[in-house]
Amino acid sequence: MDKEVVIQVSGLTKCYGEIVAVDHINFEVNKGEVFGFLGPNGAGKTTTIRMLTGLSKPTEGDALILGLSIKTKITEIKKHIGVVPEISNLYDELSALDNLIFMAQLYGVPKGLARKRAQELLKAFRLFERKDSLFRTFSRGMKRALTIAAALVHDPEILFLDEPTVGLDVVAARSLRNLIANLRHQGKTIFLTTHYLEEADLLCDRVAILVKGRILAIDKPLNLKAKTDKKSLEEAFMKITGLEPEILAIEKGK
Amino acid sequence: MWRDNLRGIFNIALKDIKTYYLKPPAVSWGIVFPITWILAFYLRHPGDFKELVPGMIGLTILFSTTAAEAVVLNFELRLGTLERLLLAPIGVAAVLLGKVLGGVIFGLLMTTIITTLSVIVLGLHPNIFYLILIILSSLFVFSSLGAFLCVIVKEVFEAQTLLNLPRFLMIFLSGVVYPVSKMPLVLRYFSYLLPLTYTIDGLRRSFSTDLNKMVLLDFIILIIFFILSVLPAIKLLSRKFE
Repeated sequence: MDKEVVIQVSGLTKCYGEIVAVDHINFEVNKGEVFGFLGPNGAGKTTTIRMLTGLSKPTEGDALILGLSIKTKITEIKKHIGVVPEISNLYDELSALDNLIFMAQLYGVPKGLARKRAQELLKAFRLFERKDSLFRTFSRGMKRALTIAAALVHDPEILFLDEPTVGLDVVAARSLRNLIANLRHQGKTIFLTTHYLEEADLLCDRVAILVKGRILAIDKPLNLKAKTDKKSLEEAFMKITGLEPEILAIEKGK
Repeated sequence: MWRDNLRGIFNIALKDIKTYYLKPPAVSWGIVFPITWILAFYLRHPGDFKELVPGMIGLTILFSTTAAEAVVLNFELRLGTLERLLLAPIGVAAVLLGKVLGGVIFGLLMTTIITTLSVIVLGLHPNIFYLILIILSSLFVFSSLGAFLCVIVKEVFEAQTLLNLPRFLMIFLSGVVYPVSKMPLVLRYFSYLLPLTYTIDGLRRSFSTDLNKMVLLDFIILIIFFILSVLPAIKLLSRKFE
């Protein structure tokens, strides 16, 4: 059976003056898969997400999300996607419940249904006890969880997660990974950027490795490890990106 | 599309009122400052207080709309919450207009309190239609002016500093306490470039017994000021997300 492609990126490029942040990248994401976008800091991961979610305009190329072009149908696309940015950016002065209701209303969810969905999500994310607490009083892990809940409040088909576990302690990160796994089981398509390769190995069906705005490899983590003859995705990543000699040199220097 | 944007504008405005405006600093800036200013002037130059009512209402409009408007956009840009709004299926223009509407609604609340109290306590008989016309158009002008000044700078404090210049120029040169007609010719011409001049003139005419149609000219000029503030503000905000 043919897989249904929900994200199709063709020649997507972003330049800031002379700097090419994303350089003619091409890839596809299938429905229901967790797709990892891996790369070191400054590789172009966030820039790509910003273009796919309408926060930034591509310099060249295009992407189709659910068959709609990001260049011409971004408002329609936004109705079907949820985005969790790298920074948990909900309103400090609103409670957890009010934040979710406000976000739902921006997406056109009627107020009664918005409240119901917000309460369900707060229960699912184990935040219901703190539903009336202001966002600013939450721990970093709770803020992250609520930001993900906010991205789900309009029941999107595709979820973009930009570095979801960055800055979280071990327990919060593990809890969040379980949440992502659950979302996948619910049939959501997840586009995930991370530089935690162990996390990508655990969660992702396929990964793309991005360095200096270019995709160097796209495959299942298992296949990448086999192709590079490495035991872990981290080692495979080092080999593919050409960072292995640098690491060896540092280790020899010890 | 337009329904999505209208819904966005309305929800953003309500959220802003809750998170920024109905707070002690905004209320005091929007209502206490204009009353204090006018009372201070009255104590220095006692006379007919009724003459100062249009100035007091004008200052309430100016300060209540710009109390938070001049900082919220930069504040949200810095926190990343503005990006969160732009992830929703609404345009940049809707986000900015939502912010402007938040300032307008809060300003309307403050202005209604001041105007109603003035009318009742002093026994004034304004032309309600013209009064509403001038107040509403002025609220949109100063709220969008706050938004415009906010998007042309990068830092929150820069916006407040930048806004204080036109604010204080307008207090002295727009006829709030000193009639424009008695100013030297050069200052008089300069005052015609300031939107508050038309607010004060429109308000004076609305409270005047010999009402004339010039109030409609004030209204039209205020609408032009609104367009001249809001369109560049939308353009500049859009540029931040290219």
